[in-house]
Amino acid sequence: MDGDALTEQETALYDRQIRVWGADAQRRLSKAHVLVGGMKGTVAEVCKNIVLAGVGSLTLVDDSPVTEEALNANFLITPDEKLFAGRSIAEVCCDSLKDFNPMVHVSVEKGDLSSLSTDFFEKFDVIIVSNSSLSTKKAINEKCRKLSKRIAFYSVDCRDSCGEIFVDLQDHSCTKKQVNETFECRLQYPSFAEAIAVPWKNLPKRVSKLFFAMRVIEKFEESEARSSGEISLADLPNVLKLRKELCEAQLFNESQIPDSLLERLLLGKLEFPPVCAIIGGILGQEVIKAISCKGEPIKNFFYFDAMDGKGVIEDISNPNSAS
Amino acid sequence: MASEQQLDAIKGAKVLMVGAGGIGCELLKTLALSGFQDIHIIDMDTIEVSNLNRQFLFRQSHVGQSKAKVARDAVLKFRPHISITAHHANIKSSEFNVDFFKQFDVILNGLDNLGARRHVNRIRLAAGVPLVESGTTGFLGQVAVHVKDITECYECYPKPAPKSYPVCTITNTPSKFVHCIVWAKDLLFAKLFGDKNQDNDLNVRSSDGASSSEHVDDIFERKNDEDTDCYGRRIYDHVFGYNIELALSNDETWKNRTRPKPIYSRDVLSDNQQNGNLDQSCSSGDLASVSAMATLGLKNPQDVWNLAENSNVFLEALKLFFSKREKEIGSLAFDKDDQLAVEFVTAAANIRAASFGIPMHSLFEAKGIAGNIVHAVATTNAVVAGLIVIEAIKLLNKDLENVRMTFCNEHPKRKMLLMPVEPFEPNKSCFVCSTTPLTLEVNASRTKFRDFIEKIVRAKLGMNLPIVMQGTSLLYEVGDDLDEDEIRNYEANLEKVLCKLPSPVIGGTLVTVEDFHQQLSCEINIKQREDFDEEKEPDGMVLIGWLQVPTDTENKTSAQNGESTSGTGTDQAAPLEIAEIGETEVNAVSKKRNFSELSNSSVSHPSCGNDTKCKNKEIAFCTLLLRMAYEMAFFAFLLELRRRAFVGVQLPVAASISSARNQISSLPRSDLSMESG
Ligand SMILES: [Zn+2]
Repeated sequence: MDGDALTEQETALYDRQIRVWGADAQRRLSKAHVLVGGMKGTVAEVCKNIVLAGVGSLTLVDDSPVTEEALNANFLITPDEKLFAGRSIAEVCCDSLKDFNPMVHVSVEKGDLSSLSTDFFEKFDVIIVSNSSLSTKKAINEKCRKLSKRIAFYSVDCRDSCGEIFVDLQDHSCTKKQVNETFECRLQYPSFAEAIAVPWKNLPKRVSKLFFAMRVIEKFEESEARSSGEISLADLPNVLKLRKELCEAQLFNESQIPDSLLERLLLGKLEFPPVCAIIGGILGQEVIKAISCKGEPIKNFFYFDAMDGKGVIEDISNPNSAS
Repeated sequence: MASEQQLDAIKGAKVLMVGAGGIGCELLKTLALSGFQDIHIIDMDTIEVSNLNRQFLFRQSHVGQSKAKVARDAVLKFRPHISITAHHANIKSSEFNVDFFKQFDVILNGLDNLGARRHVNRIRLAAGVPLVESGTTGFLGQVAVHVKDITECYECYPKPAPKSYPVCTITNTPSKFVHCIVWAKDLLFAKLFGDKNQDNDLNVRSSDGASSSEHVDDIFERKNDEDTDCYGRRIYDHVFGYNIELALSNDETWKNRTRPKPIYSRDVLSDNQQNGNLDQSCSSGDLASVSAMATLGLKNPQDVWNLAENSNVFLEALKLFFSKREKEIGSLAFDKDDQLAVEFVTAAANIRAASFGIPMHSLFEAKGIAGNIVHAVATTNAVVAGLIVIEAIKLLNKDLENVRMTFCNEHPKRKMLLMPVEPFEPNKSCFVCSTTPLTLEVNASRTKFRDFIEKIVRAKLGMNLPIVMQGTSLLYEVGDDLDEDEIRNYEANLEKVLCKLPSPVIGGTLVTVEDFHQQLSCEINIKQREDFDEEKEPDGMVLIGWLQVPTDTENKTSAQNGESTSGTGTDQAAPLEIAEIGETEVNAVSKKRNFSELSNSSVSHPSCGNDTKCKNKEIAFCTLLLRMAYEMAFFAFLLELRRRAFVGVQLPVAASISSARNQISSLPRSDLSMESG
């Protein structure tokens, strides 16, 4: 491994986790730069996890003002107006995160995620997007892919008691350990646009219903020009109509996307904190895996639903177009 | 999001969290965000630097302060209007009795050791309050729900016994680095710096009687005016040179083993080579910072030192103990946070390893093994805390149908990283949650009552304040309110063999053992048996009905450490083990971690081979063990799955995902437990 040894201070602070992933991984972490956009509860959890883990730097993007709703699942915001008045969510969260680990450089980038340039993204090793529209997710993912530097891209969202993580590591090599043997593995990822374009009827039968339901909701928000999460139960009839259209186009059975599930997703404007903790924990771990190249990462979707308690990985990639 | 009904249940609930460490910090945060308004938290620990990487409510400036109190203050910052009551205390203390537990709607454990978990299990059973139990190790985690009479209790299924090594492996024939660590820590360190009156198997050697006992006693004692350098070299040459030569003289031992190589200080170090800059580097005021590494200029704890470096550290550390910490000598116990002690043990273990051809290890690794340090990361704790809250909400809503035991996997099992299974039924013959009597096979004319109290009542039944009765006669009791006569009587009883007790404990009698604090009572049928196998039944007693995990290494289970947070004194231990479940059968594929030596060997009572001089007594090096993760609810899980599979009951997890999903989606809406509102 290149680079300098960990300092005494780092070894003392990270003692327990070095025992899990080793000193090499810790060194790589300390050189990694992470960008996150959309500071809701789930992202607050992810940020906490990677700041504690000791990434090199973390940059936050979210210009929206602190509202009552923003406090819901976000423990990085103190509900004291004197402290947050006039400041953006990213600025307030930044202050809290700096406190978690003085060895990590946490900063704020002003502006809208979708307006940031490709050059800007080049500074990062990992980009996490949350609470964003379908087009923003696609656009940022494409910008990452255009760069010669390989950037890990994630999108994450929690609605109601359901969570979704999407992972694009492009072409990723890693080592994984299983029963005392170490294997090399190499994974090819489709982009977000490619993954959601895979014909539904080609997918294995047992793919999580959440995958389809999230696509319906995402599409609905885009067609109505709503921002992410700006929906309610009143939209149900139109959402059901869209489901019908999509399923017909995909030659897919509508019953695979139950009404009850769509209802829950429509209602779930506020995140459910235990699910934020779970999804934020899983994603935090994925970021650490991707940076350290240790452990087999998720390919390429992860779902958790508090209702059945399952946390499931789904591989949604077109076997023919895997490049 | 939680429904209105759920929110009401959450707001009205009073919950007790035991442990404010890795899981505890995450749990308190998630409870507060989820709307809980009345939370009590108990933890006796104070904050250490190595907690800060994951116990995110704590900062450098809090080091040394109460975890429970700092955690409360940190959470009140983002949820100022809820009530959090912090108890900086031991969960086993008498204030936390059954009545205390009864005020809560649910108990949430984020503990790190078997003893505290068993204790909480008993009190909450007596109080009739449901428990959500949890544990993590590295990327593995587990959450289980325990409801009296509905699901298994924490002790329904066996917990593996602490690991121990036969004394002869440690003193004569080490084959793994962990053996060298145990030798360095529990024998050499204890002998040189610990209580001189304690039994110490460093005296046990494979040589014959030629080594007179007086010689042995003298050698470790520093002579009145002996220079510490000379003393250090004398000890070095004795334990790494002379003792090995003695051991080599017994050819029988080495017939099928590689012969060790004696190491003398003169061969490794030139005269006066060892020269730490003792005087400049340590200010006498700060004893905690005394370090042989510092004086020798060794910086990186991840480096593996060569033999000369280890020898220098050994001699330097010994010298520093005598020059800087002389007052403590005679009363020191190994502590993983004692830098100088860790340096000494690392160096001694490495030199011994070199002698026996075992690879040497870095201080960082040696510290992990000697201190039995838990691998812990924030992310698994966060996930587990989320799962605990989800289960707690189901319990508060009396939604017992849907409670689940959940495993966090490192590698997906049938696509699942988070794998829920239905909770198991109570074990009808569990001595904790049922009234089925136990049976004890014992030789009543040979076994002392003290052994019965220590090895059975305390060690196996886990009672802290036991009362023992035979018929109506009180044989033993512990408490503050005993008068002198009683104390004398009970003391006298301890020294008697069972059949000579005032009310004899012999075959066919029934003994009642109780712990008032835990409100646990159990009956033991006594069965006379003349002989016991010294190797397989070293206690000289066999308790039947108390399940012990088989000690067979073929089980391929690994004891794991767990995330720490102490409600009790034993820090860093933990639970759990994760099963891998196949579609139709149970595979107990171990999740081995690179913390290998401790984790992949099950406890064994290996034979001492040809070496007849070996006592079969085992080194009870509890520190190394206690904290190990014997909890292994997994084991319970595994056994139960096997049982179910055997009787043809369908495994809940084996049901296909789609059919499970269909079932769920076909439920009426009101049954959708996490429905939003
Ligand atoms: Zn039980």
